[in-house]
Parts: sequence; C-alpha cells; structure tokens
Amino acid sequence: MLLIDCPYCGNRPEIEFTYGGQAHIARPTQPADYDDHQWTEFLYLRDNQRGLRAERWRHSHGCGRFFNALRDTTTDRFHGTYKVGEPRP
Amino acid sequence: MSTHRTQTGGRIDRTRKVSFRFDGRTYTGQVGDTLASALLANGVHLTARSFKYHRPRGILAAGSEEPNALVAVWRDAARYTPNLRATQVEIYEGLQAGSQNRWPALGFDIGRINDALSRFFPAGFYYKTFMWPRRAWKSLYEPMIRRAAGIGIAPTLPDPDRYAQRYAHCEVLIVGAGPAGIAAALAAAKGGGRVLLCDEQSELGGSLLSETRAQIDGQSAAQWLAQALAELAANPRVTLLSRTTAFGYFPHNLVGLVQRVSEHRETALPGQIRERLWQVRAQQVVLATGAIERPLVFPGNDRPGVMLADAARTYLNRYGVRAGTRAVLVTADDTAYQSALELAAAGVAIAAIVDVRDQPGAQQLAAAHSAGIEIFAAGTVLGTRGALRLRAARIGQRDATGAVHFRRSVVCDLLLMSGGFTPSVHLFSQSRGKLEWSEELQAFVPGAAAEATRCAGACRGVFGLSRVLEDGAALFAAQHYEVSEDGPTPGAGWLGTLPQPVDADVGKAFVDFQHDVSLKDILLATREGFHSIEHIKRFTTTGMATDQGKTSNLNALAIAAQRLQKPPVEVGLTTFRMPFTPTTFGSFAGASRGELFDPVRRTPTHEWAEARGAVFEPVSLWMRARYFPQEGEDMHLCVKRECLAVRSACGLFDASTLGKIEIVGPDAAEFLNRLYVNNWSNLAVGRCRYGILCRDDGFIYDDGVIARLAPDRFHVTTTTGGAARVLAMMEDYRQTEWTDLAVWLTSTTEQWAVIAVQGPRARRVVETVVQGADLSAAALPHMALTRGYVSCEDAPQIPAMVFRVSFTGELGFEINVPAGYGRAVWDQVFEAGQAHGIVPYGTETMHVLRAEKGYIIVGQDTDGTVTPDDAGLAWAIGKTKPDFVGKRSLQRPSMNDAIRKQLVGLFCLSCTAPLEEGAQIVDSRGQSVPMKLIGHVTSSYDSAVLGKPIALALIAGGRARIGQRLFVPMPGGEIEVEVTSPVFYDEKGVRLNG
Repeated sequence: MLLIDCPYCGNRPEIEFTYGGQAHIARPTQPADYDDHQWTEFLYLRDNQRGLRAERWRHSHGCGRFFNALRDTTTDRFHGTYKVGEPRP
Repeated sequence: MSTHRTQTGGRIDRTRKVSFRFDGRTYTGQVGDTLASALLANGVHLTARSFKYHRPRGILAAGSEEPNALVAVWRDAARYTPNLRATQVEIYEGLQAGSQNRWPALGFDIGRINDALSRFFPAGFYYKTFMWPRRAWKSLYEPMIRRAAGIGIAPTLPDPDRYAQRYAHCEVLIVGAGPAGIAAALAAAKGGGRVLLCDEQSELGGSLLSETRAQIDGQSAAQWLAQALAELAANPRVTLLSRTTAFGYFPHNLVGLVQRVSEHRETALPGQIRERLWQVRAQQVVLATGAIERPLVFPGNDRPGVMLADAARTYLNRYGVRAGTRAVLVTADDTAYQSALELAAAGVAIAAIVDVRDQPGAQQLAAAHSAGIEIFAAGTVLGTRGALRLRAARIGQRDATGAVHFRRSVVCDLLLMSGGFTPSVHLFSQSRGKLEWSEELQAFVPGAAAEATRCAGACRGVFGLSRVLEDGAALFAAQHYEVSEDGPTPGAGWLGTLPQPVDADVGKAFVDFQHDVSLKDILLATREGFHSIEHIKRFTTTGMATDQGKTSNLNALAIAAQRLQKPPVEVGLTTFRMPFTPTTFGSFAGASRGELFDPVRRTPTHEWAEARGAVFEPVSLWMRARYFPQEGEDMHLCVKRECLAVRSACGLFDASTLGKIEIVGPDAAEFLNRLYVNNWSNLAVGRCRYGILCRDDGFIYDDGVIARLAPDRFHVTTTTGGAARVLAMMEDYRQTEWTDLAVWLTSTTEQWAVIAVQGPRARRVVETVVQGADLSAAALPHMALTRGYVSCEDAPQIPAMVFRVSFTGELGFEINVPAGYGRAVWDQVFEAGQAHGIVPYGTETMHVLRAEKGYIIVGQDTDGTVTPDDAGLAWAIGKTKPDFVGKRSLQRPSMNDAIRKQLVGLFCLSCTAPLEEGAQIVDSRGQSVPMKLIGHVTSSYDSAVLGKPIALALIAGGRARIGQRLFVPMPGGEIEVEVTSPVFYDEKGVRLNG
C-alpha cells in the first residue's frame, strides 16, 4: 500500500485517498467560446505518459482536501505533493 | 520407538508422545514433529496422489517448498483446511489429517489410469481435445476434468474461528531467522531501533536447527542459537515472531505477515485467535530467506522415497528420523555429500553416490571413499523402480564422448538428490527489485532494489555458515564469526535434465511435481513454438501450482533455454507474486465478517419497522423497509394495499435516507447556479425546487429537491445512494475550480429524520402533529416549506421543518426533525393518522407510486448516458444562465439528435404481469437475431390504481413514437406494448396541488 503525503496531514496510507485524474486541467471559464472539438478535448482527452505525471488526489477519508501530486507511472513512486493553486514543482 | 527414529539427537521432545491420525490410521510421533517427520518416523513416504496422473507421491522436502505432500487437516467439518504442506503441519494429540486427490484410497487409486494413459494427456491436451461440442465444455468436460484433476476440497461450513489483524511499524523488519537473519537482528538491535524478526517455521533458527557439526565461536550451533535468541528476546525493542510467514511485499516497504497463533495446539487457549495478519511498515527490510535445494530431473524422480538431500539431513538432525534404510545419493553439488555422510553415520546404508559432474570435489570424494561408499562420477540416473515406494535406482554413466550407458540397478528405499541451491528471491522480486543472472551460481540473485531492501545470506547467493553470519551482521556492523567444521559451499549445481540415452522416455521425468509437468511437456511447448517462459508456463502450467514453482522454475527455464539454444536470461523468468505460500481467506477477512463485514446504516424508525414485520432491502449501506406485509400477504398483495392506501387516504414513509447537504455562504446561490442545471437566483426563501445535477459531459448525475432556507442557506437533497459522490463532486468544484466563491458544504444526512406523510388526508394528519405552522394550501403551496415544532412528553418543542413535497403525486409533506427525535415524532404521526387510515409503506410502494407519475430514479431510469431532455426534464434547465456544469456538452449536436433514447411510458397490450426490467424493445414482429434494438424497459410495476401493469422505458426517438405499437421479444414470445406518456396518473397534477 502506497504512502501518500497529504500537504495538510502528512503521510497516510493510500486507502484514505481518492484518485482524481490528471492535474492542471482548468475548467474553461467561458465554455461557450470553445468549439465542439476543443470542448471534447477538454472533456475526454488526457495524457497517458510514462514517468512523472501531475495528478489530483483527495484525502477523502481524512481532511477532505484536494491536492496535486507528482507520481511516476512506471514505479508508482510519489515525488512530492503540493496544494491546489501552487505551480507544479 | 520405530526403527526409523534415531536413539538420540534432534530437537523433538522424546519424552512426550503424540498420537495422530492420517488417512484413518493412528500413528505415534513426538512433540516437536511435523506431520512429515512423524510419518517418515513411521516409515510412511506415500502421502499424496499427484494432480493430473494420480501418481503416488512422497515427501520431497522439509520446508514450505514441499510440492508433493499436500494434506488436509481438520478438527471438525467447519475447521477443515485443505492443501497444507505436511512439512509445515505441527502434530498435536489427536490431529486428524488425510491425503487428497485419490479414490477410493491412497494405496489404490482409480485415477491412476490417467498415468497409464499419460502419453495421451500432454500439455494443452484439454484445450485441444474438448473443443466440441462447444457447450459441453461447461456442463460436462470441465466438471469432469476438475473432479479428476485437482488437489484439496474446500470445507462446506463457515469457519467459526476468529482471526485478528494488526499494524506494526519498525525500523528494521527481518524476514527469515536463519543464521543470516539472526546475525542481522543481533547487529540491528544494537542500533537501538525497533527490530521485528519473523520466520515461517515453528522455531527460529533456520538451517541452524539441523546443524550438528559446525561450531560458532566455540559453541555448538544449537547453543549459539539459544544464546542469540535469548539476547534478542530480552531486548524490549525486538519482536520475535515464529510461525509467521512474510507472504507479500507491497510498495513503500509494507510487508504482509500471517502468524499462525493456535494452529499447532490441540485446543486453542481461551480467547486465542487462530491467525493474525500483520501489516508491517518498515523503514528498512532485510530479506534473509535462504535458498531452496533443487531437484534433479530424471525419469521416475517423483517416486515416494525420492527426496532432496538436505531435507533428509534435516529430518535426521532436527527430528531424529532416518528417512530410509538404504540410500543412493545423486548430486551435482558438494554439499549433498555431507547429508550422505551424516546419514551413513546415523546408520543409513549409502549404496552409492552418483555425482553428475565429471570432476567431483576432491575432499568430498576422499571422505566418501573413506566411508566406503561407491561413487559414480559423470553419473546419471536412468530411472527408478517401485510401485508405492522406491525399490531401486537405475544408475548410468557418461563416457568420454558423452554417450550414456546403463551401469547397474541399485536396490534402495531412499534416493537423495541435489541439483544445487536456488536463492529464495520471491519477496525481493515481489518488491519490484531487479533480478540478475549469476553465471557462477547458475541462478537468479537480487540486483538493484526498488525499496529500502537489503538481502543477506543464501537468498543473495552467499553460502557457508561463517560467510552467511557475517553477511547478515555486516548490514549493520561488521562482525567476525569463527566457525569450525563449516561444510562445503554449493556451486553452480546442475540445471535441467540429467543426461539420458537419446531414446529415453522422459514422460515421467518430472519438472513441476505439484502440477505434474514433465520434461516431455516442456519440450513439447518449445516444439509448438513457445519461446518465452511466460508462454511456456501458461501452456504447460509449470510453476502455476500453489507452490509457484519453488522447486521447479529454474529447471523448467533451463530446459527451455537449452532446447531454444538461448541463455536463460533471454527466455526470461516468470513473475513472483504474493502470497509466498497460500494464505487463508480468514486472515485477510479478519473481523470483517457477518455483521461486521460492512457497516449497516439504520434509520430512526428501523426498530419500529422491524417490530411490525417489515421486509427490508439494502440501499447503498442503508437498510430500508421495503414493504410491511400483513397476515397472509405476499409482496404483491401488500404493495397493492399500500399503494391504494396512499392514493385514497394517507401513507407514512421513512425518507430519512435521502442525502442531505447544507450549502451556506454569501455565494451559495451562485454556487448552485454554476453546478445544477436550474436557476437558483430566483428561488424565494421558503420555496423548494426540483434540481438536476449533470456532469460536465451533460449526463444526469443526481437529482433532488433543493430548498432555500435563507438567502445564504440551501438545503440540498440527493438520492440515497448518491449523497457521498454528490458531496465529493461539489467539494471538487469548490476547492479546485471556483475558489473565488465563499461557500461551505456540510453533510446533514444523518442530522435529520425525514417523515413523509403522503395522500389526500396527509394535511389533516400533519396538522395535528406539527404546531406553530400554517399548513394550508394558501400558506404552504406545493414546493414550499415552513417551520414549526412538535411537542413530546420529554421534549416540549422539537424544531420541525415541513416541506410540502411529493414523490407520489399526492398531497405530501415531509417532516424534518433532528434525527434523535425521529422515532418519537414518527410515533406521534402514526398515532394521529389512525383516524385517517394511515398506512406505513416501504420503498417498493414508493417505487410504484413514483413510476405512476413518471418520476425518474437516477440510476434506474438513467444510466449515465441520459441528458435532462432525454428524461423529459428539459423544463428544469435555467435557459438564461450563461453556464452550468454540463451546459456546453448539452449544446453538442449529438445531444440534440431526434433519435436519442427518450423516456416514455409503456402499456402492456398482451400481458397481465409486468414486463421484465431491462427487457429490450424492437419495432416489428418476427425479427431474426440480431434484432434491431431500439430501447429497453427501465422500470416496470403492477399499478394498483390503474389496475394494470405499467412500465417506463428509454426508446430511440421515444416521444415521437407515443401511440405506436412496439414489441418486447421474450423467450416465451413477443409482448406487444403501446408507447405512452411517462405520466400515467393525474397528468394535470390536480391531486398534487390539493
């Protein structure tokens, strides 16, 4: 079981967390300005890269806060976590 | 004492006899015996029938790697454990054990016919042969094969024993308490951290437990061990766990251990559990898991009486058991000579030593010669004889050209074999550590670690007692150990098959004993074009038995590699997976069984409903009353009565399970505007609105009535099952997208009891209970709320929120009171309702009543591809809002396609019973398969008030089809239906607004 470092609570076992998908995809403030193609990309298309990936996690059975994490998709290692709104380290 | 038991020596308690039963016969052993050592002491080698060919099998090993001697052990019908390795079962007085996979008896087994027919059962045979007719596979062939081929059978009763689970943290976890592990623990303990040392055996010590010659720092191995363990036990920072298997290595140095607490006792101590699962999070892990001796592959290598050389030494030195009277040793390794010499010294005649190598070690040769043992260098075994027990071995030799010649048949009842030692890298590999091929050892050894893992001793290819002790200690602090009489150390040994004449039949030269995979099967796999060990494994099933190929993997790999003329690394190694040895479901389940399996949420009226004989149904984690049957009523009659009572008088329903979220803050209305499809700015305080929540893909996610309690406070209700995910979705948007909004979200589901009173007489009932509130139609119209209070004996003013809402289509009220008062208020309502014919109803009636009105249930009438318009709810969308979650998606052309599936009603024209929910719908009769499916039934009930079955359905272009005849093809024929509006009853809503 992975240990995940919640930026608010510290290291906790992964069963306390919920995965939230790729990070740093802001919902458009003016969706009406997006054409169908752009909207589809926003809605459905996500990266599927090897290696370090920024993704959202929620400490759902703890403080309830969302945060971002850098995880290596090949080793499952976490390389750091940071709060929502902070830039990717 | 039997002739097989030595007079002295060993670690058994010779003063205490234990009687036990195996296959119905009573035997005697000593305290400290395993089932295997006790059977061997009684001269019993035959303990099992093999998986596929039902060949007689004996005890091969002395530890957890045992592939053959799988037995069932039981105390009663419920305490029945199949597939235990006899080498790990500790005997106790009255132990009952039995062999498996044989009928009628171990000595005479009908299934043995498979062995005679084995040439017709090569690898892949079943899949190639039993292909036709196709449907017979499931009904005939598979059950038949499963019955004939197999191991143990599962117990039929629930396990009555208790299992515990605990977490532990330590600086150092050491797996394996042999010399390397103990030396590591001694050194680690000096560092002051918490040390946890575990070992799967009944005693800590590993190979030291069967070491009788070597001296460590001037002490015998046993003395040194006792002293070391005493030192560790005295240290409060050290935890010693015997009978504890490290079965799995998980990320971030989490290691799963299972400790067998009372399995070895005649009766568990009072309050004692059976097993304990440990989840150990360690700063660093030391693997000192040792090495496993490799069998040699030659025809007849599986007969009872064929045993690993080191196992025989363990039985002699640790258990005082001579595994035979006259032995032949076949070896590719110097260490096995020691086993032969020690057995000889204990009175076992060593008839011959067959050394597979051209040049046996000089020292060993000399020792064997001086013991008068005949040696065949460049030797091989061509076969064995004997039915249920080995009687003779056929010895051959290679000449200078490599040709193999028969030399002699030697009478023996024990054949010891040693192909060298395979480091136990299972846990290291499980941790995703890289394995490297060692040319010197001809084995895989740990390479780069993926976790904070270090390996010590034989599991990383370090052999010899002094080197192993020093290797363990050196992980923490270098230390010198003086060891005298240290035996020879293993070398590369022998991989693959022993040399055989070119025309030899190798069908009975077994590689994987537990799965009955022979040399012939692996050769067949390579001939059939399998070039990767992963494919060879799946084709032949080698290494796929419960022992995961502990004794067979390297031989299988080597045979394939030789045949494919590739180095072993290129053929690859299969992945090691947890568990290291089979682990019980009980330990994983722990206390999570029965009532504790999953939490059950109960409403405040649960006991009341129970007392009235309600039938319950689980809805997410909630237990909800489904219907309240009266004397002689089945569900159908009961629901009919409940439905009519609500339509004609008044019904009482516990709606407390509805999800409730309070949204508070200056931006609460804006938050809801952005989230729900509806417009919330224009909702007045004291009014409610039916809200729809979509995801950004435009599909309905949840629905519920939302009330405005104050300008900055909303009371949101959600579906019972959706409460948690809706709150999570709201939190997601609040925390990550709309951080500009000042709004707070609180789950209040369990704070409120919700008592729904529905029916034409509902107002009169509620009026008598709720005080301080005007419930008249003028003051409290449909979709409005008011506050009042309810007086109880011990609580004069229970605050109550009364919502005038309806999920039945009748005049309806939902009384919200603090959950703690729910039962008291419910009792009052029921009492007050007596004069008005009040009837409690359950979720089944609720479902029928709402379907009569065409109200959807999210998740039943929607499936994650249904838009508000598809569900006929486009009216709810706030058209003037610039944006809400889902709005942009709803503007995509495909979302407005006329042929989208739309919610409609169905009347059944040719049936009396309701349609099947989920049934498919077609638009013409007599279509051939595959038919053109245009929709499906989502809800279907008998409507009491209409006197006929009704259904809701999602049908392509459904609204345009209203009035059309469609068909529901069922096994009994097509059912004709008529498409209608989804609102079957009181379409104008007269009753609702009454």
